[in-house]
Amino acid sequence: MSASFYVGALELTTGAVLVCAVMTLWRRQVRTIVTMLRLQGVSLALVAGVLAWHEHDLGLAITAALVLGVKGALVPWLLRRVIRLDPRSRETAPLINVPASLVSAAFLIVVSYVVCSKLTALAPSAASRLVPIGVATVLVGYFMLVTRRRSVSQIVGLLLVDNGIALVTFLLTAGVPLIVELGSTLDVLLVVVVLQVLVVNAGARHGSFDLDEMRELHD
Amino acid sequence: MLSLFALVIPLVMGVIALVVPWRRWIGWGSAVSSAGVLGVGIALCVTTSSHGPVSSLHGALRADALSSFMVVVIGTVALLATLQTPRVMTQELEEGTTTRRHAGNYVVLMQAFITCMLTAVLAANLGVLWVAVEATTIATTFLVSHYRTKKAVEASWKYVILCSVGIALAFFGTVLVYYAALHSGVGKIGAASLNWTSLMAIAPHLNHGVMRLAVTLLVLGYGTKVGLAPTHSWLADAHSQAPAPVSALMSGVLLTVAFYALLRFKAIADAALGPAYPRALFIIVGLLSLLVAAVLLIAQRDYKRMLAYSSVEHMGLLALGAAAGSSLAIAAVLLHMLGHGLTKSTLFISSGEIAHAEGTTEIAKVKALLARRPVLGGIFGCALLALLGLPPFSLFISEFTMARAEVNVGLWWVVAISLVCLSVIFVSMTNHARHLLLGAGSAPAVSLRARSVAVPLVSALVASAFIGVSAWPLLSLLQAAAHVVAP
Repeated sequence: MSASFYVGALELTTGAVLVCAVMTLWRRQVRTIVTMLRLQGVSLALVAGVLAWHEHDLGLAITAALVLGVKGALVPWLLRRVIRLDPRSRETAPLINVPASLVSAAFLIVVSYVVCSKLTALAPSAASRLVPIGVATVLVGYFMLVTRRRSVSQIVGLLLVDNGIALVTFLLTAGVPLIVELGSTLDVLLVVVVLQVLVVNAGARHGSFDLDEMRELHD
Repeated sequence: MLSLFALVIPLVMGVIALVVPWRRWIGWGSAVSSAGVLGVGIALCVTTSSHGPVSSLHGALRADALSSFMVVVIGTVALLATLQTPRVMTQELEEGTTTRRHAGNYVVLMQAFITCMLTAVLAANLGVLWVAVEATTIATTFLVSHYRTKKAVEASWKYVILCSVGIALAFFGTVLVYYAALHSGVGKIGAASLNWTSLMAIAPHLNHGVMRLAVTLLVLGYGTKVGLAPTHSWLADAHSQAPAPVSALMSGVLLTVAFYALLRFKAIADAALGPAYPRALFIIVGLLSLLVAAVLLIAQRDYKRMLAYSSVEHMGLLALGAAAGSSLAIAAVLLHMLGHGLTKSTLFISSGEIAHAEGTTEIAKVKALLARRPVLGGIFGCALLALLGLPPFSLFISEFTMARAEVNVGLWWVVAISLVCLSVIFVSMTNHARHLLLGAGSAPAVSLRARSVAVPLVSALVASAFIGVSAWPLLSLLQAAAHVVAP
């Protein structure tokens, strides 16, 4: 693989991760948001794949396949099940309207470039220059978590945070040791399973799963 | 081999409970498994103190004095909590609040929870430590929502979301430490660079800018799981809704296992950055936690939530002790972990009994427990005195030693502020306790029939008092464990 092709492919796939994150803020249909999340999972796997090819790293290639399977297929499938069983979650209910959300996302991207200057200075390379994009994805995820009040939106926010961090690990350190990668991917999958079961069981028992009604516990 | 044993025991018990449908002996089996873990923990302490750190599973597991001490703490509190399983589950089955399938699942999840905590403290790799801490969240979710009420589901939803998001920050921090290690300029260590021993060896060469960001993320991330302010809000919800033995285990050891992770990373950060920056971070979250606990305890109306906020307070005290960072301070922090585990689990288990007998967890609706239920009220009262830091119980000596260590390194102003918060907490908690315990009972006294409640809880209190009075046999153990993370 030629150097310019490598850099181009890396920039394209990394950029796609952030574009998908911003799209989840833009679209109102939760089904579309889940599709965006699936695309993001695929892009993330491609980032790992490109890096694995460039560095001839078998561990990272396994990671790429794992990410593709879990974040590109399994997790979106689980989320679709939640949407089917929790009809109220089909439309997002943003506390902040969409244009304002997009402006905030732009602001968060600028912030992440400022924050990351120290990180990239330690070992500048084609990959580590792109780290701010991963951090921006994490911040967009947090933004979604605090401004959206539907079960699926919150899970999506959590997954955006997770994908952003995964992207940073690929770009900064070409992934973490394989055992840690396996463990953390399994953890993410199980968290989504657990949340899905909570929504489904609560729906079956109490009629609905409504985060707006979750105000009984407070001080 | 020993450290592998510690993991295998609860794992085997969990598999048995998964395969065999609920019987009363399965409940007793889980208690035996916890006793086994405690035994292995003591054996590990003896081995590490005479032979130094031991590894097994090709170096994936590593037990030094600190890990061994944590295994003992986990084993002790797990024993207290699982001894309740047979009685609580039989009672719930009789009352129809649970099914045999759910009772079986309860045992499986408890064992999975204990295995995850043991993995966390025995892992050689700090990335695996993260995976194990995150896995505890997954194992405990359905334990928190065991009663499947609306409130319980709300509590477990908030718990999973907040803890997963928080712990994601800790993963970010761990990755940054790994990044700094890969570019430390000291040889090629590759995949082993997240191992505790290799990180400590190269710590002085880690990049400052990256480590500053890393340690901040780690304190915020693991701090969520520890229950430190500003991300403590899941704690009161989860602890008040979970079954009492689960709350005992979560408050008694899960929080301290997460704190153990912070102690390890703080040692690395101290070596890389010097003590000033990590100390400032720990002081901020510690004082903030004490402040939050003091404010929320004043007008607290629910006694289980009162106990939960007291955990926020004690975790804040641990953070301040760790901020001081001397080996005296860390030894006191570790003693405090054990003392807090013993007393807080006693309080949660007895409060579960009170809630079951009285049918409410509101402070205003429960009165004159000492007159009406002398044994239960007596245990609750004594444990509360221990929790408030009165002698002869061990929390008195550990709080006193932490304060002394803080003054020794010039943090007298921190001690002054924390004393103000502690006095507020003392007054408001004794006030709540006075309402719960004192007064004249209208009905004749009811004696507590379940020996399986009284015997372990009284033993825990006696143990706590014994540790508080005599340094034996813990002193050398605590010193050895403290030396692992303190100069």
